[in-house]
Amino acid sequence: MRSELGRARGLGSAKEGVVHWWRQRLTAIALIPLSLWFIASLIFITGADHAAVTHWLSSPISLGVMILFIGALFYHAVLGLQVVIEDYIHSHGPRTVLIVLVQFAGFALAMAAIISLLVIAFGH
Amino acid sequence: MPSHPRPTSPHLQIYTPQLTSVTSILHRISGVVLSIGTLALVYWLAAAAMGEQSFDTAQAIAGSWIGRLALFGWTLAFFYHLFNGIRHLAWDAGWGFDLPAVYRSGWATIIGTVVLTLLAWALAYVARGAL
Repeated sequence: MRSELGRARGLGSAKEGVVHWWRQRLTAIALIPLSLWFIASLIFITGADHAAVTHWLSSPISLGVMILFIGALFYHAVLGLQVVIEDYIHSHGPRTVLIVLVQFAGFALAMAAIISLLVIAFGH
Repeated sequence: MPSHPRPTSPHLQIYTPQLTSVTSILHRISGVVLSIGTLALVYWLAAAAMGEQSFDTAQAIAGSWIGRLALFGWTLAFFYHLFNGIRHLAWDAGWGFDLPAVYRSGWATIIGTVVLTLLAWALAYVARGAL
């Protein structure tokens, strides 16, 4: 029989304790220029027709920056929503299920956005 | 969880809201609001990919009064989360932790959010020649 403390002692940390925190900051920093670029673009594309919007999204720079924006955005959103769920949902089962669903939904939505961008740029 | 749940701090029913606590919870709320907004972003991109007709439908929804209201709310949430996020990154780096600085950056975040939101909308109306 060993106490909980005795079993944990000497094992060291799992060395992954800060990975969530770190990635949340990394995506946050990336999103500062990416989201400002996106909002600035939206301001000037408001009310434009289909041809103008798809033309804008088809340029290699717009496409590249949009894909980076979508990637950072959904990664950041999933990490943030996970913390909110962990803080407010206390029963273990529903909490885990909800976190998994949010992660799946986040990645599925990011994929849908990126495929839409590729279809716009390269056609069907 | 203990079998007799005790009140946990802060006791929200009797807790006087302060700039610090309000900016903190608004960061969460704006983050959740923006996460919901990603659904509209994906729909808009998918509509553009599907062709002119579905894109025109998406633009009509965005241009309706309820669409504009949602977009205005998302613009507020965006600038708030951006400015307060920068505030959090500064704290992470160890800057601006004393109380006067926390209050200064808190007010700067709120004022910046309102000013930038109104400026973005004014620019958008000017860009489309409606102002």
